[in-house]
Amino acid sequence: MPDKPKPKRDLNRRDMPKQSPKVRRQNFNEVALGYTVELAREEAERCLQCKNPKCVPMCPVEIDIPGFIRGIAENNFAQGTQTLKNKNLLPAVCGRVCPQEEQCEKGCILNKRGAPVAIGRLERFLADWEAAQGEAEIPKLTRSTGKKVAIVGGGPAGLTVAGDLIRLGHKVTIFEALHEMGGVLVYGIPEFRLPKAIVKREVEYLRKLGVEIRTNFVVGKTRTVDSLLEEYDAVFVGSGAGLPWFMQIPGENLNGVYSANEYLTRMNLMKGYLFPEFDTPIKNHHRVAVVGGGNVAMDCARTALRLGADEVHIIYRRSRQELPARLEEVENAEEEGVIFDFLTLPLRYIGDENGWVKEIECLKMELGEPDASGRRRPVPIEGSNYMLSMDAVICAIGNSPNPLIPETTPGMEVGKWGNIKADEATGKTSKARVWAGGDVVSGAATVILAMGAGRIAARSIHEYLMNGKT
Amino acid sequence: MFEIVESQMIVPNLHQLTVRAPDVVQDVKSGQFVILRAEDEGERIPLSIADWDAKAGTVTVFFLNVGATTSKLAALRAGDSIPTVVGPLGVPTEIDNYGTVLCLGGCYGIGSIYPIARDLKKAGNRVITVIEARSSYLFYWEEKLKTVSDEMFFITRDGTRGYKGHVPRLQEIMQAVGGEIDRVIINGCTFLVKLGSEVTRPSGTKTIVSLAPIMIDGTGMCGVCRVTIGDSTRFACVHGPDFDGHQVNWEELLKRRKMYFNEEVVPLHTSRCEAHSAEISG
Ligand SMILES: Cc1cc2nc3c(=O)[nH]c(=O)nc-3n(C[C@H](O)[C@H](O)[C@H](O)COP(=O)(O)OP(=O)(O)OC[C@H]3O[C@@H](n4cnc5c(N)ncnc54)[C@H](O)[C@@H]3O)c2cc1C
Ligand SMILES: Cc1cc2nc3c(=O)[nH]c(=O)nc-3n(C[C@H](O)[C@H](O)[C@H](O)COP(=O)(O)OP(=O)(O)OC[C@H]3O[C@@H](n4cnc5c(N)ncnc54)[C@H](O)[C@@H]3O)c2cc1C
Ligand code: SF4
Ligand code: FES
Repeated sequence: MPDKPKPKRDLNRRDMPKQSPKVRRQNFNEVALGYTVELAREEAERCLQCKNPKCVPMCPVEIDIPGFIRGIAENNFAQGTQTLKNKNLLPAVCGRVCPQEEQCEKGCILNKRGAPVAIGRLERFLADWEAAQGEAEIPKLTRSTGKKVAIVGGGPAGLTVAGDLIRLGHKVTIFEALHEMGGVLVYGIPEFRLPKAIVKREVEYLRKLGVEIRTNFVVGKTRTVDSLLEEYDAVFVGSGAGLPWFMQIPGENLNGVYSANEYLTRMNLMKGYLFPEFDTPIKNHHRVAVVGGGNVAMDCARTALRLGADEVHIIYRRSRQELPARLEEVENAEEEGVIFDFLTLPLRYIGDENGWVKEIECLKMELGEPDASGRRRPVPIEGSNYMLSMDAVICAIGNSPNPLIPETTPGMEVGKWGNIKADEATGKTSKARVWAGGDVVSGAATVILAMGAGRIAARSIHEYLMNGKT
Repeated sequence: MFEIVESQMIVPNLHQLTVRAPDVVQDVKSGQFVILRAEDEGERIPLSIADWDAKAGTVTVFFLNVGATTSKLAALRAGDSIPTVVGPLGVPTEIDNYGTVLCLGGCYGIGSIYPIARDLKKAGNRVITVIEARSSYLFYWEEKLKTVSDEMFFITRDGTRGYKGHVPRLQEIMQAVGGEIDRVIINGCTFLVKLGSEVTRPSGTKTIVSLAPIMIDGTGMCGVCRVTIGDSTRFACVHGPDFDGHQVNWEELLKRRKMYFNEEVVPLHTSRCEAHSAEISG
């Protein structure tokens, strides 16, 4: 109908309803409530359905974004979901935690004209819609190939490989060190950002597809990779980057100084916030400092608030522009009352007579020339030392891969930071019949990148299993 | 789920638990530990492996009933099961032919020193075993330990058996044995391993202790088990639990172990109060 005037494009993306900051500070329920059907449809209608969409190439797993959005706009949620799940096994997870502003939404053409389509929120909408429909259907499985694959680690990388390979007819076993599946999704990312029930549902789905799951199994200790290779045709290592860094400054071993992993694991995996209903104890801290500026730091700070801290500071050595955390989470943290101490470096922690941290000596910084990462380098301001009184410090400055598997697997090459070396195009390691992917290869990264690496490895493993070529 | 094969209080407040965990025993070595949970809502706690049966696929641990988890474990009976037993974790105790080795165990360490003494004996050492307790009625596995020891000594705080006093008496035992002692290995509570290390510090006799800091995952992920050894921070779950007793920063370890002291008393007391109120009202 060429004569009909085009309706004016709405340049405002639809906000997603959230719990109010005052209320959510008091609970562990999910902060964002998700789109209603109306909001989702309105947002979906903003999509231009580009012939040559710029959003898709920015997505690490190449979801047909206009395709699934069309499903919503046309009220055909089932079709939308199917299009989405063709490329992404964990849409309820990715819709919640992916850094969309750096990926698909950054590519979106509407970015130049107001605001990009809220692709992540729409993804989440479909995933939640599907969950509300009841049990997911179990697709018919291909005939068994008789090949067996062992997967180390039940995080996003391992789950993706398992899902891809079981559908191709291989027998798959996941070995997970902890007592629950999901990796960082269950032990790191808090309930208020990613409800654990969602992860459980995805894992349950894999189980129904026939994936064998063996929790409480530490590869490298319970059995080595070499010993798994005797029983399995191929091994995929997706053991993540779970080794916490400390700053190597005085006082780090004082009581009340936590690694982000300890703090978050106690809370999430061990349900410390339900203590004493659950046995894992946690402390009541009044003034908490979190060192770092990534998603992990935001999660720790917001958790500490919810546990009743009076004051929570994020200590970050650069400025707000350089914060590596997702913008949405920084804003959430600010709304909830987290205080940001930018351009600040902790020098040492000072304890009381019982060995508990009570003060941090800090140094002010200013921004100098850009460094190798392209960000302006923080430079100390001489003599600007000052004291901050705190009764807890959470160190969230990063993680590296756990050396357990490389150390117990002769012939497996590792890089400078202890990451397993794997071919980018195949995921193959230096060791025959062993693939690796996710944070253990890349260093701490994102859920979607771990899934992308898993998909690449699964394809290569399949080729090897079917025709012996890698 | 992991089935309990045997559960008994072997001496007052100290329990022996044997659980079927076939994966754990495939490649277990002495000096390693398991992490287990007593129930789904439960905390993860580490316990040293005192023995295992590879054929039956079982591991045996001893624990002192001190807190929420251990009291739940103590209430289990054969046929019950628990949701987590993971391991073997930690680096095995170094076994070699050193010459004469003195193995000291107290509390749960009386059990966990057993496989170490056994392996040292097999490796050709002269093995002197010393066990320590408040009183003679707290000793167990004496017969078993005898079979792997060349000599055995006892220390009791009340003097009801062997040397009277505490671990400092080790000094005299070392003299009584005659000849050079090439290595000392100590298992047991933090206070015991610390005292033992102080005894051998002046002579510089190599002393290996098994440390028991708070742990969660046991795989190097959380960092809560960090201890200062010499100038460096080590994670007891992956670099230990064995360390050179003369290098350990004991003061720090003792403080870190008390981190959750106040909180841990809460569930214990609540459960006791419930039981008590049920008793008086029912
Ligand atoms: C607090 C926090 C917040 C984050 N927020 C975001 C976010 O908002 N968005 C985003 O995209 N990314 C986020 N990330 C990063 C993201 O979670 C990771 O990049 C992703 O989980 C990596 O997946 P993976 O499968 O490689 O490893 P993991 O998720 O780390 O999973 C590895 C699994 O392997 C298991 N394992 C390790 N060693 C062994 C062994 N020897 N034997 C058996 N099992 C073993 C571990 O227990 C774990 O379950 C966050 C990370 C953290 C810690
Ligand atoms: C590598 C390793 C091996 C271990 N092996 C054993 C073992 O074989 N047997 C064993 O009994 N314990 C062992 N421990 C110690 C054991 O893990 C703790 O005793 C256990 O966590 C207690 O759990 P709980 O929940 O019952 O008590 P919690 O609720 O954690 O503690 C209750 C109270 O008792 C105190 N407490 C805890 N442990 C002890 C202790 N051992 N002695 C005195 N007071 C204590 C605590 O400070 C707390 O105040 C080991 C620890 C490590 C790290
Ligand atoms: S670039 Fe934006 S407008 Fe175009 S298809 Fe992708 S989401 Fe829709
Ligand atoms: S117990 Fe977590 S790192 Fe040792």
